[in-house]
Amino acid sequence: MKILKTLLVTAAVSVAMMATAQAETKKIALVVKALGIGFFEAANKGAQEAAKELGDVEVIYTGPTTTTAEGQIEVINSLIAQKVDAIAVSANDTNALVPALKKAMDRGIKVISWDSGVAPEGRLMHLNPSSNPLIGNMIIKLAADNLPDGGDVAVLSATATSTNQNVWIEEMNKVLPNYKGINVVATVYGDDLADKSYRETQGLIQSHPNLKAIIAPTSVGIVAAAQAVTDAGKIGQINVTGLGLPSEMAGHVKSGASKSFAIWNPIDLGYSATMIANDLIGGAEAKPGAELKMGRMGTVKLDDKNEGAMADPFIYDAKNVEEFAKIF
Amino acid sequence: MKLLLKNREMLLVVAIIALLALIAMRFPPFVAPGNLANVYNDTSILIILALGQMAVILTRCIDLSMAANLALSGMAAAMLNAAFPGLPVPLIILTAVALGAALGSINGLLVWKLDIPPIVVTLGTLTIYRGLIFLLSGGAWINAHQMSDAFKALPRTSILGFPLLSWLSLVIIAIMVVVMRRTPLGRAFFALGGNPHAAVYTGIDVGRTRFLAYCLSGTLAGLSGYLWVSRYAVAYVDIAAGFELDIIAACVIGGVSIAGGIGSVGGAVLGALFLGVIKNALPVINISPFAQMAISGAVIIIAVAVNARAEKRKGRVILRKAEAAHG
Repeated sequence: MKILKTLLVTAAVSVAMMATAQAETKKIALVVKALGIGFFEAANKGAQEAAKELGDVEVIYTGPTTTTAEGQIEVINSLIAQKVDAIAVSANDTNALVPALKKAMDRGIKVISWDSGVAPEGRLMHLNPSSNPLIGNMIIKLAADNLPDGGDVAVLSATATSTNQNVWIEEMNKVLPNYKGINVVATVYGDDLADKSYRETQGLIQSHPNLKAIIAPTSVGIVAAAQAVTDAGKIGQINVTGLGLPSEMAGHVKSGASKSFAIWNPIDLGYSATMIANDLIGGAEAKPGAELKMGRMGTVKLDDKNEGAMADPFIYDAKNVEEFAKIF
Repeated sequence: MKLLLKNREMLLVVAIIALLALIAMRFPPFVAPGNLANVYNDTSILIILALGQMAVILTRCIDLSMAANLALSGMAAAMLNAAFPGLPVPLIILTAVALGAALGSINGLLVWKLDIPPIVVTLGTLTIYRGLIFLLSGGAWINAHQMSDAFKALPRTSILGFPLLSWLSLVIIAIMVVVMRRTPLGRAFFALGGNPHAAVYTGIDVGRTRFLAYCLSGTLAGLSGYLWVSRYAVAYVDIAAGFELDIIAACVIGGVSIAGGIGSVGGAVLGALFLGVIKNALPVINISPFAQMAISGAVIIIAVAVNARAEKRKGRVILRKAEAAHG
């Protein structure tokens, strides 16, 4: 009986101590798909930057060692036991994490997802790195920025049935009239295969002698197109741009085949996720139409599914590609 | 029979010329000599692979793992180059070829010693080899800037106005012609495919011959691995995904009988060229990507249909001869 009493007292005291500790620093857990991935290490860099800026926030950077939902569930359960104030997760599975995250929310933990989302019932809000209209606008802007006098551009997409790429191209066509003198002369499909993308690029070069730029909103396509332009000796005449990863594009930016390209900035993403989590801990409510604060990144407005877009895709060029190539 | 094969090759040549004429009507620059050289260069890797596949199919087997073998050997070559940029390129090529041969010999051993159906063996190794690429690379890409300039430049080196890649495929065609026509091994491939039981009586070791056919296809896949990675200047898990079907299609179009025993180097080369012309022409003649898939598929079915007819005719000829002998 006495032992039980002692235990209870100890437990009560420790709970009280934890409560006071909580009042001093807020603990935000950044849960990633797996540790050791450059993209997420960079997100952590942004999260730490946010913590420093806020002052009273401690960021716990964690995740499983392999990209599995099971591993993330274990991590989330241990974070619940640690009584963190918020969890910001990039999920390995849309649905598998929901029960664990629900449990966290029942305990008063603010849960948000970022990068790769979870189903709406498992989180308060989801932060997309960008939005389809922003991406559609960015890919044509990348081509137009290097063509002050206008000219012919072509699109090299993934497969003709790829949902993402089709939506982006559709959004691009909507804003096309804003870019005077830019003509989209063809849209071809490389099926996300290096050899087919390469041949399609050769085909574009042949059938459109006045081609000034190729927009490839797919990471396999942009690399293959850059190589085909290099092999055809068209560097300087045809600029390859679109969406790609800095580590994959560094060589082609250096050679001049690509003047610039875009993709989300993982540092900004980690920073914004942390800022939003902090805003929610501070009492902000995540509901459709709400605007949450993201520090230097401005605010994010939630849509009817409680999702929001962070910003325009980030532009990489000769000035910064080397630095980011080391990260992802 | 030889006459028939000759006819078939002639038929393919005519078909390719007709195809080129058709394309030229829509897009004349396609048939400019410089562009045709580009088309040949682009098809070189497919030609090399189709010749390896032909040897395997002749022995009544099939190698579905060629593209996966290519990808694994190519990834190994790229990683080797990225890790040790100072390593001489010929040494890297040799490693890729040796690895390809080893992977091919695994197929061969499983077919030979364990007597597992070839389609099952190579379907299994296809998945295993793709999986190994992931284990080897951790899913990461090897990109253009990680490869040394010499590594990327070799297939592009121009000799007498043509890239080395084209020359290499010509050399391999020449070697294969000699192997298939002038060596006991080449004759064993045909004898075994024509009638395995009769081949045993003539002293041909069926299992060993099949093993050697797989070693040959593996070796060529390994070489193609380097060529592919170097040509497209990128290596990742999914390179050449689904390419095994193109290789088999090239053989089938070229008149290599899936039932074994019938085929020729010339046929396989022309079959690959036929596919190569289509692949290179589709992007410039401006038709819907959905129609492109349907066209590629239709061509293969037409080729198989023509093939089936050719084989049937041959059967009748033999029967008549046999009757004559008896009567």
